[in-house]
Amino acid sequence: MEQKIPTMAEMAAEGNEPEILFWVGCAGSFDERAQKITRNICKILHHVGISYAVLGTEESCTGDPAKRAGNEFLFQMQAMVNIEVLNGYNIKKIVTGCPHCFNTIRNEYPGLGGTYEVIHHTQLIQGLIDEGKLKAEGGESFKGRKITFHDPCYLGRGNNVYEAPRAALEILDTELVEMKRCKSNGLCCGAGGAQMFKEPEKGNKDINDERMLDVIETGASVIASGCPFCMTMLTDGVKHMEKEQEIKVLDIAEITVRANGL
Amino acid sequence: MVAQIVFIIILLGAVYLFGKNVAKVRRNILLGRDTDRSDRPAERWAIMTKVALGQTKMVKRPIAAVMHFFIYVGFVIINLEVLEIMIDGIFGSHRIFSKPLGSLYGLLIGGFEVLALLVLVSCVVFLARRNILKLKRFSGTEMTAWPKSDANYILTIEILLMTAFLTMNAADYKLQLLHFGHYATAGSFPISGFIAPLLPSGPGALAGIERGCWWFHIIGILAFLNYLPYSKHFHILLAFPNVYYSNLKPKGEFTDMASVTNEVKAMLDPSFVPEPAEVSRFGVKDVTDLTWKNLMEAYTCTECGRCTSVCPANITGKLLSPRKIMMDTRDRLVEVGNNIDKHGKDYTDDKTLLDNYITREELWACTTCNACTEACPVNINPLEIITEMRRYVVMEESQAPASLNNMFGNMENNGAPWKYSQADRLNWAASDKVD
Repeated sequence: MEQKIPTMAEMAAEGNEPEILFWVGCAGSFDERAQKITRNICKILHHVGISYAVLGTEESCTGDPAKRAGNEFLFQMQAMVNIEVLNGYNIKKIVTGCPHCFNTIRNEYPGLGGTYEVIHHTQLIQGLIDEGKLKAEGGESFKGRKITFHDPCYLGRGNNVYEAPRAALEILDTELVEMKRCKSNGLCCGAGGAQMFKEPEKGNKDINDERMLDVIETGASVIASGCPFCMTMLTDGVKHMEKEQEIKVLDIAEITVRANGL
Repeated sequence: MVAQIVFIIILLGAVYLFGKNVAKVRRNILLGRDTDRSDRPAERWAIMTKVALGQTKMVKRPIAAVMHFFIYVGFVIINLEVLEIMIDGIFGSHRIFSKPLGSLYGLLIGGFEVLALLVLVSCVVFLARRNILKLKRFSGTEMTAWPKSDANYILTIEILLMTAFLTMNAADYKLQLLHFGHYATAGSFPISGFIAPLLPSGPGALAGIERGCWWFHIIGILAFLNYLPYSKHFHILLAFPNVYYSNLKPKGEFTDMASVTNEVKAMLDPSFVPEPAEVSRFGVKDVTDLTWKNLMEAYTCTECGRCTSVCPANITGKLLSPRKIMMDTRDRLVEVGNNIDKHGKDYTDDKTLLDNYITREELWACTTCNACTEACPVNINPLEIITEMRRYVVMEESQAPASLNNMFGNMENNGAPWKYSQADRLNWAASDKVD
């Protein structure tokens, strides 16, 4: 990547404190597709000149999948170690690239001694649009393309964030079409609750295939989302339906970067 | 006089029986663990007013919402009429409110009649949806013979009660026109006026019909009252406290386990001395491991199936049905309660909610997406029961699916659910990575 990504350790060594910590998350760190989204979030932060840093090798899983799977021990071990690191760096504000990290740090860390202002990257983007720092100009045009937004469960129902990701799409010169199951009625991609890490139980179809029916019904050529797990599930769904030529799955951060030519 | 005594005996008997059954339900609910829901009372009153009284979560399905609203308003308002029936029954009076209320009385009775008709029509439509149209929402593995009959009994009883009420008014109306006995002109009969021509014209027969319907109506209501604690229809009462004690936190936030926090703190810091806490198992194996709120929810569930119809696991043919989780919890709780009644407090059968009622396959199908909790019109939370049972399976039994154990192992060893080295966490930022 062109820009140098600042880490907390380096910043602290220089005696600096960033305005915001970018919590990358495991998918954002290791999953090849999600890594692209991570880099795009950094491009946005860099573009608007926010002082930020990442934890890098000091970051560890928030413990979300362990908690959803019922392993509260492991969750709390992860949480307490992370909280120690975050508090050690005197972190006040966090932006995450993943709704699961967002939910866990925002809602489940305070009870264990970690209280921060936590936002999801779509909320960061919405804020920057509202402040006039981000527009949709100088980049790829989405004109004439139908876009639909898939609500990640832990962003939407889990935390009532429905408008932020849509705000990032509404500034595009494009048509935002809603699926019949959207917002609080949104259908899960099938990855939550630690399902990402196991085979689904026996059934008659996969949940992401069911979701593709909603997508295809809208006639959208872009599915936007804001979650690395949804990204995997939706991308697989598009493949199963053999719609790779017609339908692209993009994160809100990627769409923002493309629209602004960053 | 004899009629008055009979009435009073029936009334007292019905109220006593109902009180006894409610006390048993309360006892069963309090078998659950404690959880504090006494915070934020103003918010709780507000949510109860909105969701329970105002039925705002029903509107997602407009047809059912409108008809349910008719039945709800009809039943609440027609209870004013029941008050008059009670007083008449005890004192041997007839339409005691008619004189003091004057012309308002006519308006009220007329209003009750219109509502009674709306209730009646709605119940007929509801019966048709269940038995003729066979809506998918009302079927499923958990919808066995009893839950299906329960629903049909409730709707049929309501139809019979409303029919008796209207027929009683029709006979009364005819007797009023005949100036027969104590049937003084009172009330207005916009609906029963149409039934009147179907009734016989002899005053003796009419008085018989009027009294017959009067007794049928009031005894029916008292019997129905006593049916409630055994039925899904108990929701008409429990919906209110159940919504009052709703989870007010974000849906994505799962409960913390203080007992685990102590152990983890002791593990990370050997000098940490935890406060003594009551020893209980981690997670939920049987209903008594659940909180009283989980158990109240089980009694509140009216088996409408909105949760199951939006559950991604259920939609794609998995075994999980959130409605079944609630119904199983109630069935098991009733069984545990009956065991206590029969064999005393310390009796244990060799059954548990886990395995005897809810299978592991159901638990592991959940995506924790919160569609079920969002859909429930009375804020029931099947997801909490599912995750608590997962906690038992994982922490007490170490019986998680193998792939999840791999995930746990990765997280313990390298701080990620996948097998990647912690040292590679920043590789995405390398200068050669260009999109």
